[in-house]
Amino acid sequence: MNLTLKIWRQKDSSSKGQMVDYKVTDISEHMSFLEMMDVLNEQLVNTGEEPVAFDHDCREGICGMCSMYINGEAHGPDRGITTCQLHMRMFKDGDTITIEPFRAAAFPVIKDLVVDRTSFERIQQAGGFISVNTSGNTQDANSIPISKIAADEAMDAATCIGCGACVATCKNSSAMLFVGAKVSQYALLPQGRVEATERVQNMVAQMDLEGFGNCTNTGACEVECPKGISLDNIARMNRELMKASV
Amino acid sequence: MSGFFKSSIGRKVAMALSAFFLMFFLLQHFAINMLSVFSPDTFNEVSHFMGTNPLVQFALQPVLIFGVVFHFIMGFILELKNKKANGVNYAKNNGAANSSWMSRNMIWSGVAILAFVVLHFIDFWFPEINTKFIQGDWSGTMDGVEGFRYYEELVHKFSNPARVVAYVIAFVFLALHLMHGFTSAFQSMGSTAGRKQTLQNIGKAYSIIIPLGFVVIALYHFFNH
Amino acid sequence: MALDSRVPKGPIKDKWTDYKNKINLVNPANKRHIDVIVVGTGLAGGSAAATLAELGYNVKAFAYQDSPRRAHSIAAQGGINAAKNYQGDGDSTYRLFYDTVKGGDYRSREANVYRLAEVSANIIDQCVAQGVPFARDYGGLLDNRSFGGVLVSRTFYAKGQTGQQLLLGAYSAMNRQIARGKIEMFNRHEMLDVVKVDGKARGIIARNLITGEIERHSAHAVVVATGGYGNVYFLSTNAMGSNVTAAWKIHKKGAYFANPCYTQIHPTCIPRSGDYQSKLTLMSESLRNDGRIWVPKNMEDVMAIREGRKKPTDLSEDERDYYLERRYPAFGNLVPRDVASRAAKERCDAGYGVNATGEAVYLDFAAAFDRYGTEQAKIHNITNPSKEKIKELGQEIVKAKYGNLFQMYEKIIDQNPYETPMMIYPAVHYTMGGVWVDYNLMTTVPGLYCIGEANFSDHGANRLGASALMQGLADGYFVLPYTIGDYLADDIRTGPISTDSKEFEEAEKEVKDKIEFFVNNKGTKSVDYFHKKLGKVMWDKCGMSRNAQGLKEAMVEIKAIREEFWKEVSVPGSSNEMNPELEKAGRVADFLELGELFAKDALVREESCGGHFREESAELDGPQKGEAKRNDKDFAFVSAWEFKGEPGDAVLHKEELEFKDIELKQRSYK
Repeated sequence: MNLTLKIWRQKDSSSKGQMVDYKVTDISEHMSFLEMMDVLNEQLVNTGEEPVAFDHDCREGICGMCSMYINGEAHGPDRGITTCQLHMRMFKDGDTITIEPFRAAAFPVIKDLVVDRTSFERIQQAGGFISVNTSGNTQDANSIPISKIAADEAMDAATCIGCGACVATCKNSSAMLFVGAKVSQYALLPQGRVEATERVQNMVAQMDLEGFGNCTNTGACEVECPKGISLDNIARMNRELMKASV
Repeated sequence: MSGFFKSSIGRKVAMALSAFFLMFFLLQHFAINMLSVFSPDTFNEVSHFMGTNPLVQFALQPVLIFGVVFHFIMGFILELKNKKANGVNYAKNNGAANSSWMSRNMIWSGVAILAFVVLHFIDFWFPEINTKFIQGDWSGTMDGVEGFRYYEELVHKFSNPARVVAYVIAFVFLALHLMHGFTSAFQSMGSTAGRKQTLQNIGKAYSIIIPLGFVVIALYHFFNH
Repeated sequence: MALDSRVPKGPIKDKWTDYKNKINLVNPANKRHIDVIVVGTGLAGGSAAATLAELGYNVKAFAYQDSPRRAHSIAAQGGINAAKNYQGDGDSTYRLFYDTVKGGDYRSREANVYRLAEVSANIIDQCVAQGVPFARDYGGLLDNRSFGGVLVSRTFYAKGQTGQQLLLGAYSAMNRQIARGKIEMFNRHEMLDVVKVDGKARGIIARNLITGEIERHSAHAVVVATGGYGNVYFLSTNAMGSNVTAAWKIHKKGAYFANPCYTQIHPTCIPRSGDYQSKLTLMSESLRNDGRIWVPKNMEDVMAIREGRKKPTDLSEDERDYYLERRYPAFGNLVPRDVASRAAKERCDAGYGVNATGEAVYLDFAAAFDRYGTEQAKIHNITNPSKEKIKELGQEIVKAKYGNLFQMYEKIIDQNPYETPMMIYPAVHYTMGGVWVDYNLMTTVPGLYCIGEANFSDHGANRLGASALMQGLADGYFVLPYTIGDYLADDIRTGPISTDSKEFEEAEKEVKDKIEFFVNNKGTKSVDYFHKKLGKVMWDKCGMSRNAQGLKEAMVEIKAIREEFWKEVSVPGSSNEMNPELEKAGRVADFLELGELFAKDALVREESCGGHFREESAELDGPQKGEAKRNDKDFAFVSAWEFKGEPGDAVLHKEELEFKDIELKQRSYK
């Protein structure tokens, strides 16, 4: 199929960017979206132009590196996937595809479609851990039984890949699904309960400091999340913070 | 605790608390107004009680005013903060793909409701305050009307078709606002109940029946007189 | 220089304990004055950085991704082995040790493997304490699954995302230290060279991938934990950015490179669909627990399927060839990876491949649906359940176990694997070879350490499933942080290392010159052009089976591609900005050198062992006919290569392997 691409080009964080049109031809429907981008870049390199910079790494939907806003949706029109798992069979011959970086004040553009998500790092550093010594001399792993339900729920929260689609898609650029998932994973496990109070307070404070918006429960994040992280995690975080504050 | 209400989550909890209060108020307002359809006398009795009871007038009324003003102002503040968090706008954004129109436009349904509240104050509340607190007339009667005046005033207001149309439009927006707001408030309070089918149905029923009821009342009086 | 593995004396089960009791330590007050650089933040690097920081060292950690959490360890699906014996099925440290040595086809260092098995149980305790949500049974205790090549259930898992959860655990430990200021994290930085001062590793040259700035970083020791080099094949299950650069640069500065030809070709990957393909996707090996692998028995059926005239589900049981069950009745579908991969290649080479490219076999879950469904029907007291009901119940169980893998498959191939068998084919997945290290995990350069997949030490010629995560975390949490103290104990009076020395200056200049060359070389071909070309030679001639002639050709061809690369490569953009093409160019340049050494190593090793299958070295007759034949008399050694200016000129040093606690046997999974 032949496609027209409208892509955001921006030289660096201090330059102004703009949408630029490109054409690609002979795209197979079995290609992944990023393979289509590879074709475009190969084309650009061969004509001596600078290829489009975009983040990607594992290309199997787990590293959370890829981050495009495609036709008005984070990770494009399909559900439960990252951009690298989006396939061209979702598009038709002759389509025009708009490709933009994830947008949020807390995710400044570095170049083209690459954004800086280190705000997420700082939130995790504020409390996204259990303060346990890494000596290995902890108690036996089976000495604290954890109900299968709690373990499964914690696992569901922990599957977050930190891609930032929740922020990008949120009309308020809120990071609450991300933070809620992290808070929940630990809040659900007995090991994490010990520091639960400080954790939620510190992480939320850092989240606010980074300039993410507030949650208005539109639920868009849950729909666009490649891992289907549940909104229940935001409710749990709200609860945890209320508990921590009284 | 003061730190809590400065946090993003604290603010949304505050929004939810005021929302619950307003939804409760709306319910009782609706119940009283409905009386006007079935029994003008009872309506007058209850209106008079509400209008003259010191507890209602001097305790509940200020709380209500605070609740309304808080909900609006906080709503606007949060909207501005959230806009700021957005940074550059998308050239193409397909919000409809992942969220309801209602959830994305609470600010606009809110603005419409605010406009209505202003009109409503001009229609009912300011005259009431004028009568009671400036004129000092707490009798609840008026010249040329037998018994209490409340029913008569109500009927009078709804004789104007322009006002009725404005009311109908406003209540459509209220319904839209509630469709998202009802369950959203539960979520903000940390309860996942709003995500369960039961409460979603109750929320839907509430956000349709209440505004529709208000509309029916307005139309009833318009056509009946 | 003679290789000294520094394996401590004494009985194998006491070696590590005795050794730890006797090595030098650095006292806590002095650790504050010692800096350690850790390059790479996957399971090995991340856990090492966190532990070193916790012990009190000042750690500088480097990752080319925008967060340590994105290292490719995250993509490991199936699980992590540990000799906990929670299932009471007879597991023990010795058994895990034995399985690993046997699985590695007797080409690993006994003492290292035993230590690995010994600390494996600690890993699980550690991770649970960190909040890693491993799968549990209804009693609230940890659950296990079994994996290829072993006879016990010792694999701990977190759905199909075990690597992710373990990495997030190590990452959380890092975050704690970053918050305390004990780790300084350099995201989006790539190490481009190591700096040696007086023969010791004292720092690195790194490029800031956002600004393009070349930076000097000094330390008292450098730890390289940059993973494997599977991307030398262009197509592999590695991440797009996975590279050999750090390992190769230290090799060129004096670290020996061991067994480069030991590559693991993983049997259960999603087949290739076209030339545009940028990477291959792995489906966890755990699928072989419940899936049966087959191709049609008759060529007519193969053709009918390829042409779309028949569906795989149309074939009756006798029309199917469950070739693993046929050839290896004892282990069946659970033979080790190398055996399963070669068997798939054998069938496809014989023409039985089931997709258009002829390179795919079926992985079928119908039997598992039936088995689980019947069991569920009994549990739920359903009498005379219909076939559909059984299938439905069975599918629910399979979905709970592998749901995310099935979903992933469907997204890529656009076929529903609940209704039709999956298609799979082997793909390059892991490299057992790597930088040579001694028992302390130190390379042949003093003060330079190498851990995780980047080193060679624990898996011999073939790695068992769920052992990579175990090794990465064992190295990072429990081995390196102690052994490094033995070296650093001499450095407590050294004081800060200056970056103004001529060694740093020279190393920086070399790096800068190369970068300038790339951006100024107005060639005609893209970096990917060369990478694909290299990949094809590697796959065709250094792939699942190798022969002397092909390997000789490969060496010549790779050299030619390299020469063309340096003439014709085109890198747009400049050096002082984010420039992904420039990053790729540097990495491919190193792959082009490694590839040649790889072929050379494979050529020298005239035996078949583990992932390295030499066509000249197969059983000619008897029940094992056609199976790989190891030659312990001549090849029970580690090939450690010393760089001498050109990859083809590398000099071989042999570390003889001694097996005192395990009897060498020809592997049999029959």
